[in-house]
Amino acid sequence: MRVTVLVRPKEGILDPQGEAVETALEHLGFAVSGARVGKVVDLEVDAADEAEARTKVEQMCERLLANPLIESYEIELHG
Amino acid sequence: MYPGSNDDHDALWALAALDAEAVPVWHGEPELPELDAVVLPGGFSYGDYLRCGAIARFSPATAAVRDFAEAGGLVLGICNGFQVLCEAGLLPGALLRNESLQFICRDVRLTVERDDLPFTARCTRGQRLVIPVKHGDGRWFAPPDLVAELEANRQIVLRYAEPCNGSVDDVAGVCNARGNVLGLMPHPEHAVDPLLGSADGALILAALVDAARDRTLRTVLP
Repeated sequence: MRVTVLVRPKEGILDPQGEAVETALEHLGFAVSGARVGKVVDLEVDAADEAEARTKVEQMCERLLANPLIESYEIELHG
Repeated sequence: MYPGSNDDHDALWALAALDAEAVPVWHGEPELPELDAVVLPGGFSYGDYLRCGAIARFSPATAAVRDFAEAGGLVLGICNGFQVLCEAGLLPGALLRNESLQFICRDVRLTVERDDLPFTARCTRGQRLVIPVKHGDGRWFAPPDLVAELEANRQIVLRYAEPCNGSVDDVAGVCNARGNVLGLMPHPEHAVDPLLGSADGALILAALVDAARDRTLRTVLP
C-alpha cells in the first residue's frame, strides 16, 4: 500500500525555515502568512488492509519518522 | 564513531593530550570494550538525514551506550553526540535548526550552572568558559513544563552567556536526572590548548578523565 507521511513542526515551535520562505515569497510579491516547512515521506507498506497499514506507519512515525517533542505527523493512505 | 562523525579524531587527540587512554569504537559494535567513560563525538552521523541524530540512535553501539549509561557510566555527547543522546531519549529536549538559519562557527562564552557533576568538577558555578561552537542545528528546545522540571532538577549545566542560536533560555548543555550523562553543543575538544585560542574545554574533558580514573581506582581498590 502506498502511504504518504506529512511531518510538520509542531504548532508554537519557531520555524525559521518557514519564516525565510515567507519572506522570500513576500519579495516575489505574494502576500502570504503562516508559512511552515515540514517533510514528506512516501512509503510502500506491506499490509493486508488500511487499518494494518495505518498501525504500522503510526509506529514508524512514533519511533523514527517524527520526533513527538517537536513534530506532528499526518498519515495519508492511497490504497 | 558513526559514519559521518568528523570530530572523532579531535576528541581522541584531546583526550590523549589529557593523558587518557582513548579508544575509538565503531558504530556497528554491539558491545563496548571495557571503558570508564564514553564520548560521543561531533559530526553529521548518517548525513544528518531525517533529523540530526535520528538514525544514529538505532546504531548497535548506541544501544550499548544506553546500557552503559543506565548502569551509571559517564557519557559525554558533544554537538552531534548531544543530538544523538536527545534523539535516543537519554537526554531531555531536542535540537532544532538555528534561529538565524546560519551555520555558526565561532568561540562563544558559556556560563557554568553546576560544578558538582563529574564533567564540571574543575569549574566553579558562575564561571565563564570560552569554547567554540560549530553547528547549524543547535537550537535546544523543550516545552515550558519540561524546562521548569529541568530547572527544578538542576539539569541545565551550561548556558550561552550571550544569545547564540535561539536555544530556549540560552541552554548550551543539559544532563540527565542522575547526572552521569551530559550533552553540550560547544566543542570542548577544540579548546584544550591555548595555542588554539582557549584551553577552557580541557576543564570539562579533564574533569571527565579525573572522574573516569577515580571510578577505575575505586573498582581496583575497593
